[in-house]
Amino acid sequence: MKLNHREYAGFREGMTVADVIRESRFTWPNLVVRLNGTVVWPEEYGNTVVGSRDNLEVIHLLAGG
Amino acid sequence: MINICNVARYQGPTEEELKKLRDSHVLLSSFEYERTPLFRGYTDKILTIDVGTKEASVADIPAEVKEKFIGGRGYCLRYLWDAVNPETRWDSPENEIVMSSGPIGGITQYAGTGKTLIATISPLTDIPIDSNVGGFFGPYLKFAGFDALEIRGKSDQDIVVVIDATRQTVTFEEAPLEHFDAHILCEELTALYADDENDKKNIAVVTAGSAAEYSNIAMLNFSFYDVRRGTTRIKQAGRGGIGRVFRNKGIKALVCKVDKVKGNLNNVYDIGIINKTGLRFHREMVQNDAKQNDMRGVGTSYSLRTLADYDLVPTNNFKFGDAPGIDNMTAKVLKSDWLTQGAADGCWYGCSMACAKASDHFLLETGPYKGQRVCVDGLEYESASGLGPNCGIYNPRDILEINFYCDTYGIDTISYGTMTAFLMECYERGILNKERTGGLDLTWGNAADDLEMLHQMSRNEGFGKIAALGIHKQKAYFAEMGWGDLSEMNDFGMEQKGLEYSEYSAKESLAQQGGYGLTNKGPQHDEAWLIFMDQVNNQIPTFEDKAEALFFYPMFRTWFGLMGLCKLPWNDIVPADNALTDDPKMVPEHVENYKNLYYGVTGQRITTDDMILQSERVYDFQRIFNIRMGKGLRADDAIPYRAAGPVFEEEYLSRQERYDRQLVEIVGLTEEEVQGMSVQEKMAATRKYREDQYQTLIDTVYRKRGWTRNGVPTVEHLRELGMDLPELLAVVEPLLAAEEA
Repeated sequence: MKLNHREYAGFREGMTVADVIRESRFTWPNLVVRLNGTVVWPEEYGNTVVGSRDNLEVIHLLAGG
Repeated sequence: MINICNVARYQGPTEEELKKLRDSHVLLSSFEYERTPLFRGYTDKILTIDVGTKEASVADIPAEVKEKFIGGRGYCLRYLWDAVNPETRWDSPENEIVMSSGPIGGITQYAGTGKTLIATISPLTDIPIDSNVGGFFGPYLKFAGFDALEIRGKSDQDIVVVIDATRQTVTFEEAPLEHFDAHILCEELTALYADDENDKKNIAVVTAGSAAEYSNIAMLNFSFYDVRRGTTRIKQAGRGGIGRVFRNKGIKALVCKVDKVKGNLNNVYDIGIINKTGLRFHREMVQNDAKQNDMRGVGTSYSLRTLADYDLVPTNNFKFGDAPGIDNMTAKVLKSDWLTQGAADGCWYGCSMACAKASDHFLLETGPYKGQRVCVDGLEYESASGLGPNCGIYNPRDILEINFYCDTYGIDTISYGTMTAFLMECYERGILNKERTGGLDLTWGNAADDLEMLHQMSRNEGFGKIAALGIHKQKAYFAEMGWGDLSEMNDFGMEQKGLEYSEYSAKESLAQQGGYGLTNKGPQHDEAWLIFMDQVNNQIPTFEDKAEALFFYPMFRTWFGLMGLCKLPWNDIVPADNALTDDPKMVPEHVENYKNLYYGVTGQRITTDDMILQSERVYDFQRIFNIRMGKGLRADDAIPYRAAGPVFEEEYLSRQERYDRQLVEIVGLTEEEVQGMSVQEKMAATRKYREDQYQTLIDTVYRKRGWTRNGVPTVEHLRELGMDLPELLAVVEPLLAAEEA
């Protein structure tokens, strides 16, 4: 599985988007998540399973002055 | 949790105190002017005040200046260029402080529309510094009839300059009795020039503070009157020592007084489109803020805790990024214990983002105001992280107290935080000791002695005099005294071009190393904040990608400074459907909003390319201005190694797994080779790789920006921009000829 275009070392079968975000410590409040190009909304993180060939993007939006 | 409903109003000066102040004022000179009404965001007038001769004059802003420089930062730099010469230094009489808002500045229908831009020759960098600030002054200056203000000369007595739009006068007044510290001086002058309590909101004050007379890291405070709290509050034009120039000119304060703020004082082209755009944005804020960054609850400090998870919060002078005590400073803690909730904390009318948070009736435990209860403006992210984790301090109470005294003394919290962190590391390394600091114990986390150093700075006493120099001059002084090795201090003294770094650790983001290093004024993040795009999202993996970002974002963000806009409403809170857009990081709906605002105010349609062109003209002008002043070439874009990688063994060892892995996966060594290397050898290999990467980045960015390998804008590029002005060609042509030879 690729996370942000890099091989994701922590992949295991059955893991969800929420698992990836938690284990990657992606705590930033403004995320845009796309699984194979399709947007995954926050309420779907917990029940969206990622596969070994999937391309997951967790885009952290810019902020700051 | 403290709610604004339970916050008692503050007490200002008494009538007796005000009478004493009023009686002490001596009118030195007075000038009448005819107020030019705004038309589509502009008056096309500039007010010049000479504090040496105590004269004021009004001039037209030529159409070609308006076309090329637009307003705000553009006007500031244009008029500053005309005032100075290559030998001008910060304390030369001809050095000016120029202020301007911008065409959109002062509208009240959208968030973040009250910014003032300021430029001067900096005591820290010897080149132009630009800084932006909220508060009332910039818009009020426009309402008084002026798109810009230039201040020149030096006064031999402390004066207050009053621009009174109600009387259409500019007066120079000797003001001997007012306090110097900003939190009192702003209260005094607001009360002094207001007709009554209700009129206080029509007064804007600009001042510095008691330390500004002595300190290179001094800033300017801009007031805004908080009707609910019954007090003046302050925002800061922090960077680059503008406050020191202000005090060196003998100015105690500027005051601007207007009749009343109304909805369309900018006399815009199409108020309808502005209203519609503003309403849509305000609805978004109400619906989305609590679910996203909670700017209305905690301001920019929302990011403290989460940025530590990404190793980005500068910790112990940027050695680390994880801020181990950061759980004491979470948004939850700040909201429940320190920051007043439920207040409409905007620093300009109509700002629904309302991130100018405050800690009310905060009890001071040190310094000249010990025992008093005050309103502390903050905590903002930069102040909190710089004064806090970067110095090993994690108690919000301590950080708020340092923040308060920095503000009222007129000291930039960013420079003070980064500078104190440098001094603490000098203390740790034996470059400083108690004997050399006059008894101050500058160990990590010692907030008490940190505060004592700050108080000494305000009194120009003891080690405070050394602290007042800023890092660049401190390094030279410590080396001259034989206390430390200059090349080593250059590695961990976090300044570039003379300006202290702002508060993000860029070690793992090459693009952000450029975002700091390839700036015009020095390492401030307001040009480009690319850490997530680069380090986390992996959206700009190649040099070309990074160079594109280091072209586009500095130009795009410069545009806010031409207009009088705050950048925060662009991307801190986004529309609920932003994820579905082609480019969520650009927040396309908000970019459209800005085009609508520009059209609504000026009547001119604008594209993204137009925005970039407007900005690039000013950006390259500033680059050439730097070159003209002797500091704008490739050598000046070098960065301290601490910004790019581990300087000492403890830093390498703290992230050894990461660095060892990078030597294999990125640098190309074998695992056996890495295992056989000493820590010093591994550090040397890491350093060589990272420094080479930075040089390649510079080459790529310069090409993208239309500059030579030495960082000089080419004549062809200036022609393309319509900026082949004779005075610019006179600076670049000799350098281009030398480079070709």
